[in-house]
Amino acid sequence: MNLFSFFRRRRSAPVARERLQVLLSHERGNGGDSELLAVLRDEILRVISAHLTIDDDKVQVKLERGQAVSLLEIDIEVPGRLDQQIRKRRRPAGPPLLPAPST
Amino acid sequence: MARVVVVTSGKGGVGKTTSTAALGAALAQAGEHVVVVDFDVGLRNLDLVMGAERRVVFDLINVVQGDARLHQALIRDKRIETLSLLPASQTRDKDALKPEGVAKVIAELREKFDWVICDSPAGIERGATLAMRHADIAVVVTNPEVSSVRDSDRIIGLLDSKTERAERGERIDKHLLLARYDAVRAARGEMLKVEDVLEILSIPLLGIIPESEDVLRASNLGVPVTLNNPASAPTRAYLDAARRLRGETVVMTFPSQKRSLISRLLGRKAIA
Repeated sequence: MNLFSFFRRRRSAPVARERLQVLLSHERGNGGDSELLAVLRDEILRVISAHLTIDDDKVQVKLERGQAVSLLEIDIEVPGRLDQQIRKRRRPAGPPLLPAPST
Repeated sequence: MARVVVVTSGKGGVGKTTSTAALGAALAQAGEHVVVVDFDVGLRNLDLVMGAERRVVFDLINVVQGDARLHQALIRDKRIETLSLLPASQTRDKDALKPEGVAKVIAELREKFDWVICDSPAGIERGATLAMRHADIAVVVTNPEVSSVRDSDRIIGLLDSKTERAERGERIDKHLLLARYDAVRAARGEMLKVEDVLEILSIPLLGIIPESEDVLRASNLGVPVTLNNPASAPTRAYLDAARRLRGETVVMTFPSQKRSLISRLLGRKAIA
C-alpha cells in the first residue's frame, strides 16, 4: 500500500454521508415518487401518441436524483424517420388537441 | 437455462444484501447476465449497496401491479454491463406483493437473464417466503453466532417445505455462506468454528467470508465489494463462491490466522 492509497482508503465515510443526505432529502420530501413518475410518463406518452405510434416496450424512463438538480429523461424509440411518422399520423379534421392560443 | 437464487438467513444484519450484491457482481464479472432483485418491500437497501439509489424510477411492486413494464423498472449497472437491479418499493405495504404477480415477474426475468438473485428480507413473513418461492438454489447466509445459526436452521426448514420445488417433491439446492468469520477468534475458542456450523446445519459450504473492513468501505461507496477492492479477502471469497455456484470445483480457502507483526509482538490480536 503506497502513501496515496493510504489516504484514499480513509475517505469512504464522507461519501456515505453525502449519498445518504441526497437520498433522504428526496425520500422525506415525497414518499411515493414512483407514482408521480408513472403519472408523468402516462400523460407525456398520451400527448405524444396523438402524433406518433409508440411502442410501450420502447419507452425508457430514467431519473438521476441530485442535491440541487435532478434529471428526468424519457427516451422514446421511434421506428424510421420521425417526420414521416408524424405525417402518417396527421390527425383528421376534428377538435384541436389543445385549445388554440387566443390572439 | 436461467437459475433463480435466493439469498436468505432468517436473521437480519448477517450480510444478505452485501452477499447478494457481491455474488451478483461476481457472476456478472464472469460474463453472465445477472439481475439482483430486492424483496425487502418498505425497507429496500440493495439499491444503496449497489450505488443505484439515485436512479430508481419504478420498482418490483410497480411491475407486479402492472404500473410499469419490467424493462422500465430494471436499472442497468454503470460498471458492469451484464448486471441489472430490480429495486423493491420503498413506500407501499408488503401486502402489495402478490404471489401471482411475483411468479409472473420471475418467469419474465428467467427469460432475460442467466441468473436471478433474490435478496430476501429478514424474518419468515410474506416477503421472505415469496423471495424463496421460485428459487432453484438457496444461499443461506449465516454468522458464526448462536442466534444466526438457529434462524438459519429454521429457514432451511422453510426451504424444504414452502418453496415451489419442495411442493413438487423436488430438491432445492441449499448452500451455506458463512459470513463475518474471524479465524483468530475461532482458533481461540471464542467463536463457533466452520466445522461446528457445518455439523449443526449440515448443508454444503459455499464459502467463508472473513470479517473485514473492506465490506463497510464498499457499502459506504455504493460498490459491490468484489468491484471495490479486487485484492481483498472478502472479494476472493465471494469470487470463489460465485465460481462454485457456476458449478466449478474450487478448493476452499480458510481465512488465515496470520497475525500482523505488532499483534504478534503484543501476543494477541490488536482488535479482539
